[in-house]
Amino acid sequence: MEICRRKDHIEISELDPFLAELLRQIPASASPDGVPSAEQRLFSPPTNGGETELRAEWKIYVEPELRRLFQTATETVATDLEQLNGNEKSLGNRTLRIPAKHADAWLSALNQARLVIAAKNNFTESELSDHFRSPIGSRRDLSLFQINFYGFLQEFILRDVG
Amino acid sequence: MSREPRRDVGCRAQSKEIDRTTHVLDEETGSVTTVEPTIEKETRSEEDLDLPWQVVVHNDPVNLMSYVTMVFQKVFGYPREKAERHMLEVHHKGRSVLWAGMREPAELYVQQLHGYLLLATLEKTD
Repeated sequence: MEICRRKDHIEISELDPFLAELLRQIPASASPDGVPSAEQRLFSPPTNGGETELRAEWKIYVEPELRRLFQTATETVATDLEQLNGNEKSLGNRTLRIPAKHADAWLSALNQARLVIAAKNNFTESELSDHFRSPIGSRRDLSLFQINFYGFLQEFILRDVG
Repeated sequence: MSREPRRDVGCRAQSKEIDRTTHVLDEETGSVTTVEPTIEKETRSEEDLDLPWQVVVHNDPVNLMSYVTMVFQKVFGYPREKAERHMLEVHHKGRSVLWAGMREPAELYVQQLHGYLLLATLEKTD
């Protein structure tokens, strides 16, 4: 896989089918549906207790706004990812171009996905810090790899934006 | 881009009790009467009572350090060095107070931080 900055987009080329599939999974991975711990993480309360009125108002007024914000970001990413559904041979390497103006949406969607995956798997801090864990021998290992891969993309986009 | 808001900390509602206990001697009877103290209250406006709120960001092992720094720069308009200082405080101490002031802007900051998926809370100062 190669990643570089072009004039008005970020280009990820030489994407093998495995990494392309991980990218395709970003929108689905970002969904906290059916996982209370992930839902709690994405929609955390505005206080550490007390202020019950504020918490109730937050649920009614702020949470729907946040849901819309997160959904818009994942929809933008899902649209960009349609590039990976080309007519190329299924085992061929792919290229993905992320428009520079979609950088914020990608940062958000990647972050949502990382947080949801971490919450679903209940990863410990030491597991999350282990960036050199290999090989992938279980579903849990794959999820950790997914978090690190998405983190790598986030870092690149952040450097590019910065 | 938002600019750094004015810090409005330190102005807290107070009540002050002044001891004015006095003893009055009745010369005819020779008895002494104690006069109860007067409670004097300093009152502040409702706006002043609303001042001591803090925007606190809590540690999260998933969010990248560079991402958290970028969010602090974007939301508070802090320069990179200041944003990094707060990020490191969150990382090492588990939390950092990013801003303090009136409740309404504090709520808006927390909402913005949640939009970036940071663990942020609104806290009243002691």
